[in-house]
Amino acid sequence: MSSTTTIYGIFDDEEVLLSSVKEIRSNNIEIKEVYSPFPIHGLDKALGLKETRMGITAFIYGCIGLLFGGILIYYIMILNWPQNIGGKPNTTFYHNMPAFVPILFECTVMFAAHLMSITYLIRCGLYPGAESDSPDERTTDDKFLMEIEVSGDTKTVKDLLGKTGATEINKKDA
Amino acid sequence: MQKEAEIRDPLILGNKSYHDITKDVSRPVEGKANKYWWILFSLSAGLMLWGFACMAYTIGTGIGAWGNNNTVGWAWDITNFVWWIGIGHAGTLISAVLLLFRQKWRMSINRSAEAMTIFGVAQAALFPLIHMGRPWLAYYVFPIPNQFGSLWVNFNSPLLWDVFAISTYFSVSVVFWYIGLIPDFAMIRDRMSAKISPMKKKLYSFLSFGWSGKAKHWQRFELVSLVLAGLATPLVFSVHSIVSMDFATSIIPGWHTTIFPPYFVLGALFSGFAMVETLLIIMRKVVNLEAYITIKHIEYMNVIILLTGSLVGTAYITELFMSWYSGVEFEQYAFINRATGPYSWAYAIMMTCNVLIPQLYWISSIRKSFIATFILSIFINIGMWFERFVIIVTSLHRDYLPSSWTMYSPTFVDIGIFLGTIGFFFTLFLLYARTFPVIAQAELKSIVKSSGSEYKNKK
Repeated sequence: MSSTTTIYGIFDDEEVLLSSVKEIRSNNIEIKEVYSPFPIHGLDKALGLKETRMGITAFIYGCIGLLFGGILIYYIMILNWPQNIGGKPNTTFYHNMPAFVPILFECTVMFAAHLMSITYLIRCGLYPGAESDSPDERTTDDKFLMEIEVSGDTKTVKDLLGKTGATEINKKDA
Repeated sequence: MQKEAEIRDPLILGNKSYHDITKDVSRPVEGKANKYWWILFSLSAGLMLWGFACMAYTIGTGIGAWGNNNTVGWAWDITNFVWWIGIGHAGTLISAVLLLFRQKWRMSINRSAEAMTIFGVAQAALFPLIHMGRPWLAYYVFPIPNQFGSLWVNFNSPLLWDVFAISTYFSVSVVFWYIGLIPDFAMIRDRMSAKISPMKKKLYSFLSFGWSGKAKHWQRFELVSLVLAGLATPLVFSVHSIVSMDFATSIIPGWHTTIFPPYFVLGALFSGFAMVETLLIIMRKVVNLEAYITIKHIEYMNVIILLTGSLVGTAYITELFMSWYSGVEFEQYAFINRATGPYSWAYAIMMTCNVLIPQLYWISSIRKSFIATFILSIFINIGMWFERFVIIVTSLHRDYLPSSWTMYSPTFVDIGIFLGTIGFFFTLFLLYARTFPVIAQAELKSIVKSSGSEYKNKK
């Protein structure tokens, strides 16, 4: 019977962690997660994470916002109650377009920014009152933590972590 | 790892380690407030309450409680509104535009600058609300279906553009601010002891949304910040452009000019940076952030003030030239009246504070002095308030019909409401300084190795 053990390698320095991540992955060992107090440049590539698609969502939400603004203005100004304001009748959308640009722009930005931020929070599982699942509280301060799940023998992983510069190695049996 | 030229001055002084930054940022939250904080807080809260009383008086009595009259229909209310919105601009410029330009020096000051933006815009929003006279009908400004027949808002009106621009600006600024705050709240949460301060721990746990700093989350965090910065950048420029269109689309001499949008945006950045300096020079002393908000940061901001101040000066002169060149006598009179009429003293204050005084920043020793910068920033704050006063009141008080010419002077209610918003602003800012991580510590830690003094000296 092989039970899984979770090993936590704790590092003091992000550069040591980064080279350790590369070293461990080159030994075909899967790294479950890395916790760090700040974003580390190049860590996502070293861990083999896919590029995030948050930018694409922002673009889509922006398009929805533009469309929403357009429909809102069209319905109110042209369709539902067209008025003649200052000798400029609101009978067509495109003739009045220049005056609508500021609000179309604001709607685009409002939708893109808010909906992208909400998507980000949902995708990361962040919401008011959520509990942190960090294995070590020091990872928001000055420690960098690497989490590896091993089934069976843990010695190779521990040795590798020690050799690549982990200052502390803990384990948790699952 | 990021690289930086060795000849650049360090942005973080005093050989700080990651843990030192954590300690320095959480100290104001963990410690007790000192005597000066309480003195300042009582003063601001007192002013705020006086302001609320004046607002209540206005709403109970009507707008007649103000100095406004038939000719000068807009006065201190919109002057204060534009002034506060302008102050709000530096925060987003620092956090968004400087992020896009990869300016590292923004990291120690962006959190407080954004707080200033949010609190400033909140003050600004109060003025149209009170000026409505019946603030409980404020929802009329939004395009919502209603039972009053087809009573819709007018999308051709710059006043409605303002509603959209300011609500978007305010809400996007809050979101941008909060996304950056989540990791820093998590840092404070993890430092709090559940035994010693269980309520605080719960509070910061709630505020930090369960952040744990996973690699994937950081990757998304960075992209979301970048995209929000990209969205907020045109937003900054649009907001004050639209505010200026409240004036520029009218047919009042002195307002009806195409130069207004860029002129207002520059003025907003100019006054916003002045207010950031006023606040940060006090704050770095009160909450011991001397190592993070250095003279280098102040100098960079002074350079921006010098640039925007000179551009604002150019805009003043362009306006004068255009009124002469237009050949329209009403337009010409509006500017002659501004400079030599009964409000020439206000015009002189505006010119001195906004055009002449910032030129002192050409002198290196003034640019690199905390005391000089503090004094000059106060002058600029005053000057920019007078700019709006001059534009609004002098254009209105002598209109096309000489029989309706009149003067404007504020009542105690006008003054009370204005002082009240200043009190309200400082109350919010003082509370913020005691409860929020006032420096974006997660971001700052990422530049310790390229811009910290210890690493600079090692090279």
